[in-house]
Amino acid sequence: MTLTSPSNAVSTEPTPAQTSDEGLEERRRSRLRLILLTIGRKLVSAIVVLWGAATVAFFAQLALPGDRATVILNIRDGQAQQRTAAELAPIRAEYGLNHPVLVQYWDYLRGLVVGDFGTSYQQFRPVTAVIGEQLGATVTLSLTAILFAWVLMIVWVTLTAGRGPRVRSLGALVDVVAAGLPAYWLGIILLLVFALGLRWFPVIGGTGVNGLILPALTLAIPLAGFMAQSTRVEFERGLDQPFVVSARMRGMSDTGVRLRHVLRHATIPAVTLSGWALGATLSGAVIVESIFSRPGIGSVLVAAVNAQDLPVVVGIVTLVAVFYVTVNLLVDIAYTLIDPRLKAS
Amino acid sequence: MTAIRSATVPTRPIQLRRLPWGLFVAVLLVLLLAVAAIAPQLLATHDPYALDYPAALQGPSWAHWFGTDESGRDLYSRLVFGAGQSLLIGLGAAGVGIVLALILGSLAALAVKPAAVVVDRFVEVMFAFPALLLALLLIAIAGPSAVTEIFAVGLGTAPGYARMIRGQILAAKNSGYVEAATALGHSRARIVSAHILPNALRPLVAVFALSVGQSIVWSSSLSFLGLGVAPPAPEWGALLDAGRGYIIQANWLEVIPGLVIVAVALAATTIGRHLQAHLEKGEK
Repeated sequence: MTLTSPSNAVSTEPTPAQTSDEGLEERRRSRLRLILLTIGRKLVSAIVVLWGAATVAFFAQLALPGDRATVILNIRDGQAQQRTAAELAPIRAEYGLNHPVLVQYWDYLRGLVVGDFGTSYQQFRPVTAVIGEQLGATVTLSLTAILFAWVLMIVWVTLTAGRGPRVRSLGALVDVVAAGLPAYWLGIILLLVFALGLRWFPVIGGTGVNGLILPALTLAIPLAGFMAQSTRVEFERGLDQPFVVSARMRGMSDTGVRLRHVLRHATIPAVTLSGWALGATLSGAVIVESIFSRPGIGSVLVAAVNAQDLPVVVGIVTLVAVFYVTVNLLVDIAYTLIDPRLKAS
Repeated sequence: MTAIRSATVPTRPIQLRRLPWGLFVAVLLVLLLAVAAIAPQLLATHDPYALDYPAALQGPSWAHWFGTDESGRDLYSRLVFGAGQSLLIGLGAAGVGIVLALILGSLAALAVKPAAVVVDRFVEVMFAFPALLLALLLIAIAGPSAVTEIFAVGLGTAPGYARMIRGQILAAKNSGYVEAATALGHSRARIVSAHILPNALRPLVAVFALSVGQSIVWSSSLSFLGLGVAPPAPEWGALLDAGRGYIIQANWLEVIPGLVIVAVALAATTIGRHLQAHLEKGEK
């Protein structure tokens, strides 16, 4: 598919089967080399971004105004007062504040690599322990929300895209409105209608399956609207493609064409948004967990922001960034493997 | 240009009739909001701070259009008086976000190679943090207040806009007219100021309108979490935060302010989209 030099094209075309096999082998090998090279480059760039994120996280912790040991001690006791050197000494030793900043930075990076996010100012415990016991609930919520969003988006776009002007504009309008709905308001409306009004779900979301549905929907509806906007454009473009015409000529039903041919192409941009979607649902959990009184890292984060417990705040923020970068990297690698256009010329 | 304009004159009345009602409603809402922000006493029916305990937690009625809160204060008047602060925070945050994005985006696209690469990576790093989390990080450091809220939301939204601006500038930089200007021997500074920036930044007007709507939603989210403007103030997010405790007895305290925020955000989005479409059409 890529443009090759004319001499190359001429030489490969009329060759007999044997040499063409050799050429194929050669091309396959060079494609493999190119794929590995591309993946390697993406990997390095992802690591650079993660290193940058860790650096931002480290310096954010230094940004608290005032002497750090005093601040930590005051946050721990919930007071604001001057401290004596004797009180500060153990804190300085515990957090390594006696070392120069660069040494602290190095120690911080080394800790991150082995999964040590530092010690909470408030709870005397490692940040990984504080986050670890709440992470499961939030990841479950986040993944359920993404699943719901996909189902909602596919059903809505397949039903409304390319169906005549009225249905189309209604479809697009719903996309825009859904994407713009603030999570706090949507959550409260769902809570009022389905938990307080119809009593289908518990008001205070437990950790059970029943308590998961409303919070997940709260995150899923705006996400579905957002993904539907890009999917709809691709979907309507796809409906005019030659392969769709040929499928119709073979006598395929409209629903069959939409589901088996058009949808596949149309969902590609939404797949690309996966990393972003994970980040959006994990951070949206902050609001949703607060509305439905669910446990999770969102609630931990709000409490930590209130208490200025920076290691916990920074730990959660960094963790979400790691998720985002990792998923993006995986999506990128998957594309590199699938895309036939990536060819050695 | 004049030929095009005269050609469109006969079709004017039709275009007027076709004026999308959505845009009309959006503009009307924004005008109303502007009046509420500048002279709230014109629109309010009650004193937004007047306590009236016998009338506490009443539903919407003729006396209290949007009902009353736990201290008998009129919700409609509080929303009107809160408009100014909410709008100011939204405008401020959008301004901070766009200015920050402008600096980062143009540096990433126009600075000399090593600096541009570093800025570009930095934007990439910031983009890895979701907007809300970046905002929360700043609030954790600076402590919650209206000013922090403005900068937090601005900082949170900036990386996305910075990427967009960088893309716009790069597109302009690789265009035919810049190539022509380079061939004519214009200086780099002149090409940047006369060709690249005006063309790349034209869409920013629309982006700013979109961003104001987004910023109002983000900042009210922060207030809702109790990390922005504190409740006695009638700022919209703070109203939501204050109403949370009464969701069972008085759901209008949550539903109505939320509806107002959604309506304003949608209005800003609608206007922004129309501006965007208009600017793109004008360019071609």
